[in-house]
Amino acid sequence: MAEMSANANVQIDASAPAPIHVRINGVTYTAQEGTTILELCRREGIHIPTLCNHPDLTTKGICRICVVEVVGSRTLQAACATPISEGMEILTTSEKVRKSRRTILELLLANHYTDCTVCPKNLNCELQDLANEFGLTDLRWKERRERTVPQDFSSPVFVRDNNKCILCQRCVRACDDLQGVYAVANLFKGDRTIVGSAFNRPIADIVCINCGQCVAHCPTGALYEKRSVDDVWRAIDDPERVVVIQTAPAIRAALGEAFGYPPGTRVTGRMVAALKAMGFDHVFDTQFAADLTILEEAHELLDRLKRTLVGGEKGLLPMTTSCSPGWIKYQEHFFPELLPNVSTCKSPQQMFGAVLKTHWAKSMGISAQRVVSVSAMPCTAKKFEAMRPEMSSHGLADVDHVLTTRELAGMIKQAGIDLKEMPEASFDDPLGRSTGAATIFGVTGGVMEAALRTAYEVITGREVPFEHLDIVPVRGMEGVRRASVRIEQARSPWAFLEGVELKLLITHGTANARQVMTSLREGTLDAHFIEIMTCPGGCLGGGGQPLPVTPEKRIARAAALYAEDAAHAQRKSHDNPAAQALYRDFLGEPNSHLAHELLHTRYVARGRY
Amino acid sequence: MARKIDVIFSEIEPGSALAVALGLGPEAVVERIKASHLRGRGGAGFPTGLKWEAARRAQGAERCFICNADEGEPGTFKDKKILESQSIKVIEGMLIGAYAIGASKGFIYLRGEYKYLVRSIQDRIAKLRDIAMAVSGRSYFLDIQIRLGSGAYVCGEETALIESLESRRGEPRNKPPFPTECGFMGGPTVVNNVETLSLVPHILLNGPEWLQQLGTTASAGSKLFSVSGDCRYPGIYEFEFGVTIRQLLEEVGAGTDTKAVQIGGASGYCASADDFDKPLCFEGIPTGGSIIVFNASRDMFRVLKNFVEFFQEESCGQCVPCREGCSRMLEGIQKFEEGRGSSRIINDLLELSETMSLASKCGFGQSVPNSFRTIVSKFRDEILSAGGGPWQR
Repeated sequence: MAEMSANANVQIDASAPAPIHVRINGVTYTAQEGTTILELCRREGIHIPTLCNHPDLTTKGICRICVVEVVGSRTLQAACATPISEGMEILTTSEKVRKSRRTILELLLANHYTDCTVCPKNLNCELQDLANEFGLTDLRWKERRERTVPQDFSSPVFVRDNNKCILCQRCVRACDDLQGVYAVANLFKGDRTIVGSAFNRPIADIVCINCGQCVAHCPTGALYEKRSVDDVWRAIDDPERVVVIQTAPAIRAALGEAFGYPPGTRVTGRMVAALKAMGFDHVFDTQFAADLTILEEAHELLDRLKRTLVGGEKGLLPMTTSCSPGWIKYQEHFFPELLPNVSTCKSPQQMFGAVLKTHWAKSMGISAQRVVSVSAMPCTAKKFEAMRPEMSSHGLADVDHVLTTRELAGMIKQAGIDLKEMPEASFDDPLGRSTGAATIFGVTGGVMEAALRTAYEVITGREVPFEHLDIVPVRGMEGVRRASVRIEQARSPWAFLEGVELKLLITHGTANARQVMTSLREGTLDAHFIEIMTCPGGCLGGGGQPLPVTPEKRIARAAALYAEDAAHAQRKSHDNPAAQALYRDFLGEPNSHLAHELLHTRYVARGRY
Repeated sequence: MARKIDVIFSEIEPGSALAVALGLGPEAVVERIKASHLRGRGGAGFPTGLKWEAARRAQGAERCFICNADEGEPGTFKDKKILESQSIKVIEGMLIGAYAIGASKGFIYLRGEYKYLVRSIQDRIAKLRDIAMAVSGRSYFLDIQIRLGSGAYVCGEETALIESLESRRGEPRNKPPFPTECGFMGGPTVVNNVETLSLVPHILLNGPEWLQQLGTTASAGSKLFSVSGDCRYPGIYEFEFGVTIRQLLEEVGAGTDTKAVQIGGASGYCASADDFDKPLCFEGIPTGGSIIVFNASRDMFRVLKNFVEFFQEESCGQCVPCREGCSRMLEGIQKFEEGRGSSRIINDLLELSETMSLASKCGFGQSVPNSFRTIVSKFRDEILSAGGGPWQR
């Protein structure tokens, strides 16, 4: 069998186009047709500087910093946009190339508001890195020293400072290619060209889902998140306040990157120790609430299945997940008619805040007014979610301040803490208890997997029929994935599900989700349950994660989360003892009246304009 | 001596060339255009037959044939004149080209200011459609739509033009792939200039050798020149390729005090008296047709500044060398006006020019420095003394 497939491979190779031979700096290389000069150079370890190029995005070839000399060609060629051809002779460091790259960088800096030392992207800026790499000491055409265009502070979650924009269009392409929002584009032409919204309106006036992919893909300080760091320090400094932090699953798989750990290193224990050292009174885990979400959402799904299959109601299925606030806003703008399909469950962040300021505060004997609810999230949209008026309980916001992973890393550094020097510590009880099912909330497919582990067991009384509970078919990085699970031997209340093939769909990146929802709207989609994550890869690829963004880092972070899940003693949300206690002592049962009041929410149909 | 001739504005029997083409078959039409040595009249001079052949051979279902009538180079107005009186010939050229490459869709991308021509062009399209139906026995027809540009100079660049046709911002694409392979909506596409297309019917009627009887070895045929500036008889002139600047100047009644001639518009070449015996052709000084004459009273600094201002505004803003380069070039030039000029600035800007020519994404950015380089090399003293020149105060 193995031999046969090997033969098949040989045949495929034989029918593939002949490899192409090129010379780079005098050395011959071979590669497949269609490979770009940049791809080949990257493969061979030949350094080519880039700015507008990004592995997540379509090729534009507009910054021109990657130009190389193709011998015989009148002009230099952009390595990112030029496919190799047979016999091509490429020079990557000829005089023409060096001079042109240098001039291009000087041009970019000449028009750049350089306040590097106080720039939010200081030491995290690709333009700054290039200036360093090129050893620039003088700028021939630097005239502009001050800001010449106003900054746009109108977004609830980020700031656009076009004085630092190099017009690489990475934000534009992130918004178009990955997210399908089309919020920004190049406006005007010539020297007046800027990136902006339709009719150059402030971003708050147009459709933006606050996902922060533009921010995460910006190579300079032109886009940065609005920061809550000072507010959180002020709360910590206030002795009257009880400052509680929850950290999302995707943080532990990425925070280490900001401290020199390789991508995919889990720093859960060190992070908890650092947070305690910084003065947070209680360090809890968003994953506790992720388990709650699963319990609520799995039961909501079962309820919708029952009402549809037994009661004959329409419009309840497929149910779509509700934990990714960027997508929620997307759907409110673009698919308001499908809002009834969205699970009414609040996201884990908001469920956590609601439990914190009600049951937990009461059980601790602390007035809810004194509690400052801080969350650390991989996400900028969470900042907006926390501000939504419906996200409050008894008049108090569930979550007061949202820090992105980048802000959290900055705070830890401000406190003089090197994560590498910290011991391992554990989350506090009881809201620090969680299961492996909650950990994988941070990766695309994770909510689906966690929900199935619980729902299947509720229906059949048996564990999901996958080895080690790993529901491999729902995992992966493809933009749209389908899977199905057949229900067999359903217990008596769920007998109507006997033999039903539960059809599942997982999508991430709202551009992909848009296609899924379009087919749903057109009635061509057959599914019972859809998981939608706003960002590529899910939360671990969130707009608030450490920079730079690469597909490899997302894969490494995903592996870290699956490893943490696999190592967990409890891997099913309904096994979370703290969650069980909460239902026993306070909420009653999933989808109870109280649970609905605290843990569920509603949505707003928004216009497009 | 190159002759002044009249081919482009001469009449032919509408449909007669198409009939020849249909008789030859598409393959042979491509061969005939190749053999004629016809080169693109828009300025770049790419061999038309090769373009058609590439599109004909390319894979792709829906092929498209586009007439570039977005005449925007400062100082050129020949396509307007052609479309005013000879649009039926241009359309026939399109029909022949579309037949040759197997296109099912045609566009005329018309400069916005030429909106007044839409009606007459549409009439000619309808007329030629009837004729085409008749000569082909109702078997050949091309759907031609007119689309108006919105004033962006860069949309004369073929890939920006295609972007604009696809209702996006007019920004040039990366090449390769070339439009002949992947053009309008991803299909093989040919974009030809108005003047080029107006010659196609003549070639079909007169045979492949005919064009080479005119012009020079490397530049077969004739060329229209749009002449303006300091001369007694500005207007459109048709000459064989190889006409010298001096001959053209005499024809248009330019004075003996002619100081400079800008050839090919803002992105072209500034000729001084030393150049006047050079021929206008692809192997000499190439041009899309714009000829602007400056006499001794003109200030070359202001000429240069005007061109750079034009580019700074018309750059699509996409790539760094062009967008930022134009701005820095204008800033540098303005320093002379303010009395802060120096040789060093000129040298820095010449190095900037080099990068713009080498590293810009499209032909627009690559050709921006042409006028700067030639004006500065020929009139350096005039630029250097700009701050204290006699035209100020």
